Amino acid sequence: MATGTVPVELPELTKDELSRYSRHLILPEVGEEGQRKLKAARVLCVGTGGLGSPLALYLAAAGVGTLGLVDFDVVDASNLQRQIIHSTADIGRKKLDSAAEKLRALNPDLNVIKHDTLLTSANALDILKDYDVIADGTDNFPTRYLVNDACVLLGKPNVYGSVFRFEGQASVFATKGGPCYRCLYPEPPPPGLVPSCAEGGVLGILPGLVGVIQTTETIKLILGKGSPLVGRLLLVDALDMRFRELRLPKNPECPVCGSHPTLTQLIDYHQFCGISPATKEEIKVKNGIPQITVAELKRRMDAGEDLFILDVREPFEYQIANIGGKLIPQNEVPQRLSEIDRNREIVVQCKSGGRSQRIAEFLKQSGYPDVVNLAGGILAWSSEIDATVPKY
Amino acid sequence: MTLYIPTPLRPYVAGTDTLEVQASTLSAARDELTWASPDLRKHLFTEEGKLRAFVNVYLNNEDVRYLPEKDATGVSATDMLSIVPSIAGGR
Repeated sequence: MATGTVPVELPELTKDELSRYSRHLILPEVGEEGQRKLKAARVLCVGTGGLGSPLALYLAAAGVGTLGLVDFDVVDASNLQRQIIHSTADIGRKKLDSAAEKLRALNPDLNVIKHDTLLTSANALDILKDYDVIADGTDNFPTRYLVNDACVLLGKPNVYGSVFRFEGQASVFATKGGPCYRCLYPEPPPPGLVPSCAEGGVLGILPGLVGVIQTTETIKLILGKGSPLVGRLLLVDALDMRFRELRLPKNPECPVCGSHPTLTQLIDYHQFCGISPATKEEIKVKNGIPQITVAELKRRMDAGEDLFILDVREPFEYQIANIGGKLIPQNEVPQRLSEIDRNREIVVQCKSGGRSQRIAEFLKQSGYPDVVNLAGGILAWSSEIDATVPKY
Repeated sequence: MTLYIPTPLRPYVAGTDTLEVQASTLSAARDELTWASPDLRKHLFTEEGKLRAFVNVYLNNEDVRYLPEKDATGVSATDMLSIVPSIAGGR
């Protein structure tokens, strides 16, 4: 299926391009016309991380003419296990700059457009409108719903991919007559229920596998060849190396792409996903649980206070780094309450503050009178208090 | 009938990736599942017993929301039930 805005007059290929893309030109499904379509195409990669890396690299290699990149993040060492467009020398650098440099080195003819911004309801329509296909390589629910809704409103296909640990999903949303992300998942999970890659982990190769699936779908849409994953949800299980396909019907009552849409403009997606906006002051209490900063914890420990630090991570994490807390992995807490003293103040701690918040809420519901959550977890401790504590 | 448990939900079933469920309808399968694993029940269903909107259940490769007989759909020993929750990782 062809995309909407590839121009009728396709650009000619130069002599160098005829040589570079010879392996495409001899494929009946691509040929010179297909390569010219790729050259004319404008693709937006939202995110230049795990999924965005293979997406951008292979789109550049394939001869896509214009590649927009949206990212506001900076390269961190922990990215390099999977974000292969970045290198060790790029640590601390803007991901946009790092990615653009590698893409231009791979393909100097590529027109790279950098969007150095967080994608929001205020700018999404304006940014997306100039592209033919949008490839979603983001890592959070609010942005996924934002990209989806913007694509439906603009009539742009949304090539979707997502990963968690060893499993991935891929599909193509927002085509004419096809379903959208909300047809699949009308609502996001409550915040904190589905861990991020930072909390749950991800096999490094997995976004590579899913990202290339997304790239393949993008190229097929541009060429108008093959059967894209419209109305199909591809599930990848990398551990068993199984691929399954599930049917994904368009929901006639979908509020965005259904027959009688009720959502005709972009909304506040953080609110939709149940995430309260950060205020200028630090958030002191969350869901009834007081938050303690690492600085405050350090102060109180140095003052000799009798705190019970409950570390709810997994044993292998504790081995990498710990601040001396009592280790009870989160899933074991309900059975091991007898080991958590109700008469003491319990400081619940994990890697970045997510799991510990949930366990703190559980302890409070179980009748513990004095429970606080260590905001930012051991990562914040490493950043702000003791850099010898390894980050992972 | 085999029920496939996705990674995010395996901690609630002692890490296993499949459960065997004996049932003749989807509704009976749901009842047996929730009896077998109360933790899984909490993550899949609301207090009112409705499937949560960020989790989909598939009978073979069909989303159960769109089956004409819905919960009354008959199931056999060779059918597969899959739970597919939404995941957002990408970076």
